Amino acid sequence: MSSMTESSGRARSGLPDKATLEERVEFALNAAKRLGASAAEVSVSVEQGLSASVRRGEVETVEHRRDRGLALTVYFGRCKGSAASADFADDAVQGAVQAACDIARYTSEDPCQGLADPELLAREVPDLDLHHPWDLSVDAAIEQALACEQAAFDTDPAIDNSEGAEVDTHTGLRVYGNSNGFIGGYPASSHSISCAVLGRRGDELQRDFWFSVSRVPEALDSAASVGRRAAERTVARLGSRRVGTTSAPVLFTPQMARSLIGHFVGAVSGGNLYRKASFLVDSLGQPVFAPQVNVHEQPHLPQALGSAPFDGEGVATRSRALVESGELRGYVLNSYSARKLGMQTTGNAGGVHNLSVEPGEADFDELVSGIERGLVVTHLMGQGVNLVTGDYSRGAAGFWVENGEIVHPVEEITIAGNLRDMFRGISAVGRDVDVQGNVRTGSILVERMTIAGE
Amino acid sequence: MSQGNERNLALAQEQILTPAGLTEADLDKAFGELMAPGVDAADMYFQASRHESWVLEDGIVKSGSHGLDQGVGVRAVSGEKTGFAYSDEIVLPALLEASTAARAISRSGGQGTVRAWQGTQAPSLYEPTDPLETLSADDKVDLLRRLDAEARAQDPRVEQVIVSLSGLHDVVLVADSDGRLSGDVRPLVRLNVTVLAAQDGRRESGAAGGGGRTGYSFFLESDRCLEYAREAVRQAVLNLEAVAAPAGTMPVVLGPGWPGVLLHEAIGHGLEGDFNRKGTSAFSGRVGERVASPLCTIVDDGTIAGRRGSLSIDDEGTVSQKTTLIERGILTGYMQDKLNARLTGSQPTGNGRRESYAHLPMPRMTNTYMLPGPHDPEEIIRSVDRGLYAVNFGGGQVDITSGKFVFSASEAYLIEKGRVTRPVKGATLIGNGPEVLKQVSMVGNDLALDSGIGVCGKEGQSVPVGVGQPTLKVDALTVGGTEA
Repeated sequence: MSSMTESSGRARSGLPDKATLEERVEFALNAAKRLGASAAEVSVSVEQGLSASVRRGEVETVEHRRDRGLALTVYFGRCKGSAASADFADDAVQGAVQAACDIARYTSEDPCQGLADPELLAREVPDLDLHHPWDLSVDAAIEQALACEQAAFDTDPAIDNSEGAEVDTHTGLRVYGNSNGFIGGYPASSHSISCAVLGRRGDELQRDFWFSVSRVPEALDSAASVGRRAAERTVARLGSRRVGTTSAPVLFTPQMARSLIGHFVGAVSGGNLYRKASFLVDSLGQPVFAPQVNVHEQPHLPQALGSAPFDGEGVATRSRALVESGELRGYVLNSYSARKLGMQTTGNAGGVHNLSVEPGEADFDELVSGIERGLVVTHLMGQGVNLVTGDYSRGAAGFWVENGEIVHPVEEITIAGNLRDMFRGISAVGRDVDVQGNVRTGSILVERMTIAGE
Repeated sequence: MSQGNERNLALAQEQILTPAGLTEADLDKAFGELMAPGVDAADMYFQASRHESWVLEDGIVKSGSHGLDQGVGVRAVSGEKTGFAYSDEIVLPALLEASTAARAISRSGGQGTVRAWQGTQAPSLYEPTDPLETLSADDKVDLLRRLDAEARAQDPRVEQVIVSLSGLHDVVLVADSDGRLSGDVRPLVRLNVTVLAAQDGRRESGAAGGGGRTGYSFFLESDRCLEYAREAVRQAVLNLEAVAAPAGTMPVVLGPGWPGVLLHEAIGHGLEGDFNRKGTSAFSGRVGERVASPLCTIVDDGTIAGRRGSLSIDDEGTVSQKTTLIERGILTGYMQDKLNARLTGSQPTGNGRRESYAHLPMPRMTNTYMLPGPHDPEEIIRSVDRGLYAVNFGGGQVDITSGKFVFSASEAYLIEKGRVTRPVKGATLIGNGPEVLKQVSMVGNDLALDSGIGVCGKEGQSVPVGVGQPTLKVDALTVGGTEA
């Protein structure tokens, strides 16, 4: 155990207020106008945070973070240039605007370039309750991290080493403005507790982790429960072995299922669509998933990790259906990609906001019990996903299932297929929804994939 | 050669400390604040960087960006504890504030002292160029257009060409509590071509590129840049013909150069000092043991002039070196930064690296490669009855603890009865780090390094790296295709 004196880190000067950032945005917009730009947009963000990590009962690191950035784009007609600066002083901002203007002289005329259409900009900025600072001292952060790791060690004697536990808290403030008169900003916070431990049985060594993340400190899982879960997950991996090369149903846990939905988002994102670099080109209205799959975007959920009142271009975000009964209802577009496709932006400059896969009836155990012979995937490795073709091949670890029962942990195998077939071959979505992310989904069962092993 | 670093140190002082009005006396004052009793070591990492990027797409120069960043990271180490704070303002009050925050890791009281400042002697492995100034904006734009034209002229099936060019001018100054002051000016350029080709409703992509610690003229030498365009088209068009990849465990022949990502994942990360100090690596405590076939000698070498993964000094001011990791199959050493070297009673190996002033250093690779062996590459392929010949890869990943690693082939062929036959679709290969190199039965005489494209991620920090290897044969590796 280590006791610490109160860090003066807490006393470090706080974040600038919203009015200060708005003034910086206005300054940059005016500078762009003076240099002859026909339009401009500026985003300013500041963030500060504290993280404390412990390992084997001792403090390992205490980090005080403070970041800021200003990014701007200027337009001369339909030519654009961009620049960024971490320095907010007048001459630095002026220099960044000048650099962007210089670049715009060399970029080409592109009719799709420009600010978002003014009528789509957010008229008001709803308070989504995203800002809940955690008044956490360094000592208190260390205490929580120690409790988290100790709970992991206490869970099982097989846990004999640790990569440590960490408590992290940060808050930030972002302001976006453009020369069509939009200016808006909001603060947001995020806090997390995480733990990674090692388990040993004979010569075998396994590692796993768990975490809790929330915008609201009180909503975090207890440090002890995070540690216990990390330990349980690690111990469950001991005894891992390979399986023979075969094809079988594959059940993705909610954390792994999130990555599948992430590939879907990539494939229906404007940038990949207008480049025809997606296996889902021209698929609007088509059945891209099995009929029981419904996916909604919910940008205004209070306190949620993916919530945003407006997107990266100031466009109002809206709730909408992306997939209904397996059919694709919408793409993920910003103004540029929308114009390239002859469509309207969907308010997704910067990405999606709380994508929710509608839960099914069965919980995780019920889904497992329905598998005669197959694989539960709890870990995926590598980048073997080709969105142009949909070809999918990744390293995996998890559990082998026989007659509805988990029989042993599995490692050093790959799972492969094509995302087109995998999405249409989803035979169930669980009700075990994980909300600790921008994509909210339960477990997803894919009826058949190739498993390569021994 | 030793002049190199003196010049770099002078440049770094001139470009970072002078504009901020900071003197060596100010550094003394900040270290006085930082060196509380109980603080074993401390350092300050000053950085000022400028970068740009240009992108061509649809045949037009679509976007360009320019960025400036600067700051100072302050670290105090007490035993295994590290206190860290940083500021994006390089001014004395911010430096003192960060020092106070960082040293809180140790129980406060009193003030420490530093010895007189001394420069580090290190050969300079690259010119202190600002790459952004090595071509005019007109010439940069012209370069992008030439590559677009070259790619489109290769094959009528080319539908889309994306060319990106980027340059970084990175100036760093490291001051540590031993009184050492080290400077480095690090240029870095990168050019990439991505091509989409279509035929009969089928679409495939290909990509190629390169770069290094030099100016943009590197790309113009012998029309190297045009080779990238041709190579990207070749891959995209080849993939149009690819059939499903096999699934299962089989002999795999890996081509020379970039497939060395195998070494980076299978053993490189596992030999980083932090994991081994903590006992969390599958290679922990195994120095002196056989972990590879006697054909394998593997080094991490940060001293190759001009390479993407090279550094004249690392981010802690340690002079770069060539470290033998595996010699004729025997594990000989780990890669160390200062903290892990001190805690394990070993020497730093010049592998202390960080993404920026806002990140803590840790042991990272530089250029990791296997030395050439005795075999003719043709002979290696002839020795395989049925297997996979993989010559190009996307990224990889490793679980340090279990040792399991993957890397994803983007260009591969079947080997049937000793001959390379059909191209197959991309597939992930999976293996076990401590075992896979024991399965290496043939090593080619054709060592090649990659073209200067690698980025390594660890604990959220990205740094540029290099890899390389000769053609080599792994007797059994699991190929994650769909054809069971």
